[in-house]
Amino acid sequence: MSLVSIKSLTRVFDVSKPWLNRVIERLPKRFLTAVSDVSFEIEERSVYALVGESGSGKSTIGKMVVGLLKPSQGTVQIDGVDLMRASDAEIDRIRSDIQMIFQDPFASLNPRWRVRDIIVEPVAARGGKTEGLAEKLLEQVGLSPLDAGKFPHEFSGGQRQRICVARALASEPKLIVCDEPTSALDVSVQAQVLNLMSDLRDEFGLTYLFISHDLTVVQHMADRIGVLYLGRLVEEAAPGDLFDAPLHPYTRMLIEAAPKMDGYGREVVPPTGEIPDPINPPNGCAYHPRCPLAIRRCSAERPVLEQTGTRRVACFRAGELV
Amino acid sequence: MNTPVLQLDALSVEIPTRHGVLKPVDAVSWDIAKGEILGVVGESGAGKSMTGNAVIGLLDRPARISGGQVLLNGKRIDNLTPAEMRKVRGRQIGMVFQDPLTSLNPLLTIGDQLSETIDAHLHLGRAAARQRAIAALDEVGIPAAKDRIDSYPFEFSGGMRQRVVIALALCAEPSLVIADEPTTALDVSVQAQIIALLKRICRDRGAAVMLVTHDMGVIAETADRVAVMYAGRLAEIGPVAQVLGAPRHPYTHGLMGATPLASKGRSRLAQIPGAMPRLAALPKGCAFHPRCPKAQNRCTVDPRPTVADGAGRVACWFPMGAP
Repeated sequence: MSLVSIKSLTRVFDVSKPWLNRVIERLPKRFLTAVSDVSFEIEERSVYALVGESGSGKSTIGKMVVGLLKPSQGTVQIDGVDLMRASDAEIDRIRSDIQMIFQDPFASLNPRWRVRDIIVEPVAARGGKTEGLAEKLLEQVGLSPLDAGKFPHEFSGGQRQRICVARALASEPKLIVCDEPTSALDVSVQAQVLNLMSDLRDEFGLTYLFISHDLTVVQHMADRIGVLYLGRLVEEAAPGDLFDAPLHPYTRMLIEAAPKMDGYGREVVPPTGEIPDPINPPNGCAYHPRCPLAIRRCSAERPVLEQTGTRRVACFRAGELV
Repeated sequence: MNTPVLQLDALSVEIPTRHGVLKPVDAVSWDIAKGEILGVVGESGAGKSMTGNAVIGLLDRPARISGGQVLLNGKRIDNLTPAEMRKVRGRQIGMVFQDPLTSLNPLLTIGDQLSETIDAHLHLGRAAARQRAIAALDEVGIPAAKDRIDSYPFEFSGGMRQRVVIALALCAEPSLVIADEPTTALDVSVQAQIIALLKRICRDRGAAVMLVTHDMGVIAETADRVAVMYAGRLAEIGPVAQVLGAPRHPYTHGLMGATPLASKGRSRLAQIPGAMPRLAALPKGCAFHPRCPKAQNRCTVDPRPTVADGAGRVACWFPMGAP
């Protein structure tokens, strides 16, 4: 059964200049479509990863899934509850099932709070019992129960991220949205945090929405991967399929361009072009100006995400590549 | 025999503090030959950027070089006066930093910045310097360089800005380029472009490159040799295939195990227990011994200086893969 079900999710930001400038300079309103018609489902107890480069909309989707941002269109359903249409009581009930871990463990912990207060806050805010909870959770994430009385500045980056994990676990959530959880960490510390997250998933039956730009990390963690480009889901597949035989030219380019540990002296033909301006995205397929396979149809018509076997891909020419 | 472009001979940097003297760089030695790319890896606090800053004489006070020598094309540069050093920097050593936005002046057009640098070092005069600047932008792959030379840095994307910074670093044709995390702020596809550019230019010009990064993948694809640093000391140095493929120092071995790899599948990542020690509380002996699976009594007493090992050097009493 799927725990999270996202249907035609779209988010548009108004990035216009202030109204006075618009009047004086005769500028029109400007809109940035950060997420455009994205649909996917996350199975219970699985890890769904969103990958993409900057501006692909992965963090915006994460924020909409936890309810920090309202979608412009489309729905987010978690455990059968539609975050936009459900009653307050229902949303209140579902809230504690969703938690988030952020990228920067230095910015996401209140420097004036003790670790104990930080960790139990999600429970205390709902009037739950918090006695001994922080100590128990600290032990579960590999820190000492004695750390509960300390302040965040007394910890290293990796330890802080463990505190964030402990806080996320406090309300016994079903779904944890992790937005680049290890991007700010060193390799050896990243390994510790990734292992911890895998262990906790097995232990508590957690579901993760894992957002990252790092393909190797995603490949290591995910059960299913969605590739985003300019706010659109271009391909979705299991990691084995995706990395062995990427169908979308963008996925192929990403995998090819990522540095390989065993690629000594590998000569990469660097990809051409850069991510286009999201305010004026190209017509048709957003990737067509950079795509080596583009045909006329790609610039006229936007390809839809179509099911082929166990995977989905949005490319007119994907069938020819299988 | 050819003189290496850069020679570090037991270079040490110290920072005097109220709580004692810290050694962020401790007796580091290596050479970089003409046309060679030396990758310097390590985690945060390993001293890799500090080493780069020491070479170019840009240490923030109170940090200072406390021992050893830096030789550029056989001449000592660590004891130059600031005025003499300014002539070396930019002319003989080019620099590329992590954040391309902060390394460019936002108030000057890139053309002004390039011609100023070219004129200052090569004394060509403004018109010739401008021609040179356009050629430099062309070389780093900026489309329509002639039209874009009068643009300001904010008019460029991150990847294009980093190209401008590379053009700036290379415009005086230095013999050494120090690139400190040049691709860390960039997206994967742009990173691939910048790496290919760095490799091509260095090959064409025969410049030596010291590439500082924490990304083992970037090192594997770019560097000829790699130096692994830990807590200010050189742990291991050697040809990239040897160091990454068959690491000898337990720290390198641990780093490789901790990196997610396609070939490892979903298996658990090998962890290095503990964390990098703080400089103020470095363990006695080998700095890695509290986290090392192979540590023995000897390691806790005195650190081993780097010794020749195959085509490289390693600083370990009990290297991996030894009988």
